[in-house]
Amino acid sequence: MANGCEKLYYADIIVQQEMRMANGARSDSIVRGFALSSVFWLLVGLVLGLWLAAEMIYPALNLAPWLAFGRLRVVHTNGLVYGFTLAGIFACSYYILEKLTRTPLAFPGLAKAQLWLFNIAIVLAALSLFAGMNTTKEYAELEWPLDIVVVILWVMFAVNVMGTLVKRREKQMYVSLWFLIACVVTVAVVYILNNLAIPVSLTKSYSVYAGVNDANVQWWFGHNAVASVFTFPILAMFYYFLPKSTGLPIYSHRLSIIAFWSLVFGYLWTGAHHLMLTPVPEWIQTVALAFSLFLIAPSWASVINGFYTMNGNWDQMKSNYLVKFFILGITFYGLQTIQGPTQAIRVLSAHLHYTEYIPGHVHMGTMGWVTMVITASMYFMMAKISGREIHSVKLANVHFWLILVGQLLFTVTLWIAGIVQGAMWKATNPDGSLMYTFLDSVAAMYPYWTVRLLGGLLYFAGIAVFAYNLYMTSRLKARAV
Amino acid sequence: MKIDSLYEKPVLFALAAVVVISVGTLVTTFIPLFLPSTQPVSPRIKPYTAVETEGRDIYIREGCNNCHTQTVRPLRAEVARYGDYSRAEESAWDRPFLWGSRRTGPDLARAGGKYPDAWHYRHTANPQAMFDKSNMPAYPWLGKAKLDTSLTARKVKTLGFGYDEAEVVRQLADFRQTVAAPTYPSAQVRSQVTPADLRGVISELDALVAFLQKLVRVRKAANTPAARTATA
Repeated sequence: MANGCEKLYYADIIVQQEMRMANGARSDSIVRGFALSSVFWLLVGLVLGLWLAAEMIYPALNLAPWLAFGRLRVVHTNGLVYGFTLAGIFACSYYILEKLTRTPLAFPGLAKAQLWLFNIAIVLAALSLFAGMNTTKEYAELEWPLDIVVVILWVMFAVNVMGTLVKRREKQMYVSLWFLIACVVTVAVVYILNNLAIPVSLTKSYSVYAGVNDANVQWWFGHNAVASVFTFPILAMFYYFLPKSTGLPIYSHRLSIIAFWSLVFGYLWTGAHHLMLTPVPEWIQTVALAFSLFLIAPSWASVINGFYTMNGNWDQMKSNYLVKFFILGITFYGLQTIQGPTQAIRVLSAHLHYTEYIPGHVHMGTMGWVTMVITASMYFMMAKISGREIHSVKLANVHFWLILVGQLLFTVTLWIAGIVQGAMWKATNPDGSLMYTFLDSVAAMYPYWTVRLLGGLLYFAGIAVFAYNLYMTSRLKARAV
Repeated sequence: MKIDSLYEKPVLFALAAVVVISVGTLVTTFIPLFLPSTQPVSPRIKPYTAVETEGRDIYIREGCNNCHTQTVRPLRAEVARYGDYSRAEESAWDRPFLWGSRRTGPDLARAGGKYPDAWHYRHTANPQAMFDKSNMPAYPWLGKAKLDTSLTARKVKTLGFGYDEAEVVRQLADFRQTVAAPTYPSAQVRSQVTPADLRGVISELDALVAFLQKLVRVRKAANTPAARTATA
């Protein structure tokens, strides 16, 4: 199997030139369009994130209804999940798809339409959330008309993915394509089922589920949105772009088979770990906890596959600017998939849930793993479709260090903050009375929130460098043509 | 068919993926939809009134759930801080549920009745005036906006609360009379956060406060002598 994979990899290189001639410009412009859209929404989402971080410290910054924390936070999360990450996934998926199938995109016109509709949808999503039209179900806040648009966009994406796969010239499907297929089907299932609602007007609807069931369905969705947006497609990128940028075949094809199926099977059981110690039936919580612990194995199979791929070639961490993004990215994925399951353990959940520890956890995954891999993949892709080298390796290194340090400062600070906060909520006097008021626990957070804002600023600076570097890389082509 | 051929057949592969993700979904999400433990009914839990329903929608619109949870966990310190832990039946009428996931502010599941209405009027309009160290946004515009009740009857019907449009109209009129009356205990503070032309109608803040005061839920009620007699 390892040989098959290597063969695939070399075959891929050989046909690249031929591919460019055959189909080239059309799908390159689609990939470029999604990549630049993704970076635009990344910048917007991060500015909103910085504003939110500042609002935590200076509540006077809640200047207007649409800027108030409760509305703004939703625009931040949706902007980065749907605007940045999905566009990044569309860009990388279409690129990987053509390369690994040795086939041009089945419906380039459809993909072009999808690019336009996507950006219109994100603008409408942001405006509607600013206006307070939201369902409150996390990462599924969009009201029903926009849910329908999201489903249409997803169908457009799925048609191109499956259409290109059916028409493909390369017989074997490489592991990246499996993760891509898993992403396509899982997003469709969880998004539609969680968003079922009865409209009362164009901008207002009520969930079809009530109470405990609504919570259970929501977090089944919530956790699998993490799986199918922040995990499957990012692993698809990792499994493709790491070998491509290093010239090293992936260590074990067999390991990736085991990792894939057990990951895809296990994820769907774990949603209720977001609902530990709530009125959700205890057995559902316990099953979720058990499967959360189980998921460490397939998650780490990919981590091991990544590390062993570098075996004997670790010097590339210094000599190849892209490698450190992928290796640090998969390292944060490894830490994330240990930290997540431990948070599901009841006694730890009791201390950590609802505290700053949880945003700390989420941001290691998004700022460490997801963004490291997507930005590095974009450097590689953009240089390839521009037919040039990256604009500046030096700037890419500056970008790397800024987002690494910014992210660590941000996340580690929030973990400590969360542990402190949980301890203050729990502390009792010898007579059994509570030691701190809730307000005491708020007052204790200000120093941590200040450091978090600093971490966020460093991170944003890194992403600004990335955006400039990527834009310059994409511009070279335009000038050449 | 060799198992390897699965990796050569994209449509079959997609179907296999659907089957694989369906197992956990079926067991942990679909089957529970029909279990009694996820939809317990209790005669003590009443649907929201028309005004509370609108107040709940203001809570939803402003995204209060992003900083406040509404579920007390069965932990000693938590019960000491907030009150009795949450039961499944208490959320029976909640569409969507509002348990939240983060406590930048305190849990609100037992907030009802803890403070008088006047406290909420003052606090919501300007939290920092009451608590220097609070980082809650001020919501002065809620008191300055007339509550839109054009959809209330349809909302109540969609949610299956079991009372008709005439009842909705009656409840709204009653509520308006209560909060607009000079005898309303929180009248003075209310008039401070409500402009003169809106003092005679229901504001968005009136509805939000009504909703927050509803959040006493079952347990406190269960400890009253009347409830004890009823169950004895």
